[in-house]
Amino acid sequence: METFLTYLQVFAVGGTICLIGQIIINTTKVTSARILVGYLLLGVILETAGVYKYVRDFGKAGATVPIIGFGSNLARGAIDGALENGMLGAVTGGMEAVAAGIAAVIFFAFIVGLVATPKSK
Amino acid sequence: MNEPNEAYLKLIKEKMPKSKHLLTMFRAFWTGGTICCIGQAFTDLYTYLFSEMGENDVAALTTITLIAITAVLTGFGIYDKIGAYAGAGSIVPITGFANSVVSPAVEHKREGVVFGLCANMFSVAGPVIVFGISSSVIVGFIVIIFRGAFGG
Repeated sequence: METFLTYLQVFAVGGTICLIGQIIINTTKVTSARILVGYLLLGVILETAGVYKYVRDFGKAGATVPIIGFGSNLARGAIDGALENGMLGAVTGGMEAVAAGIAAVIFFAFIVGLVATPKSK
Repeated sequence: MNEPNEAYLKLIKEKMPKSKHLLTMFRAFWTGGTICCIGQAFTDLYTYLFSEMGENDVAALTTITLIAITAVLTGFGIYDKIGAYAGAGSIVPITGFANSVVSPAVEHKREGVVFGLCANMFSVAGPVIVFGISSSVIVGFIVIIFRGAFGG
């Protein structure tokens, strides 16, 4: 029962974040790249303001899987890095926090790009 | 006898955009929610399998898994079909970010591996990385200046 409730929260939070994105697309003609950048910056701002951890506690993967969670991850890394290692940590902290994601994206895109055949237009 | 009623067709045309708007919102909501639930399922699985792992490592592993799945689905052209149905539901999750890297990589392959595949990989996702990393460095400097506010 508790698991079901958790997944309901994940579904609701993740779904709502995507729903807002869809409303923005429907009403303003903003491209998907701008949606991604906008959500990312929102995540950075909310994490820096200390608000996003409440969303994360409630929504779990629903808050971390959307790109806004990627932004919050970056900010959290930078905050922790700056507190622990000063200037050096401030520069490297964000990148370190998302290193797994970026490395995976590059690696899998490279492999799939080599293997897959492009659609003939 | 079965000629379509003109007034009725006009009425449909008036009503269409709004209902389509609601439909895309509904699709974005449930597909986005489902992708997040899949992410939560992997998080639970990894927490169960690798009990010695910290929360951050499990989250990173989940992200890698979702990216790998998306890369394969994009390679087979399946993710684009999901995207046509889901709209923002497939763009906003991290899988949409992965798709935006893999998709141009595959499409520009015929221009060569270095100048096609690799050079175009970040044609869409590049701004995300630039804004992301830059803003994180700015945040880092803010933390150094206002150390007290962040519990330092």
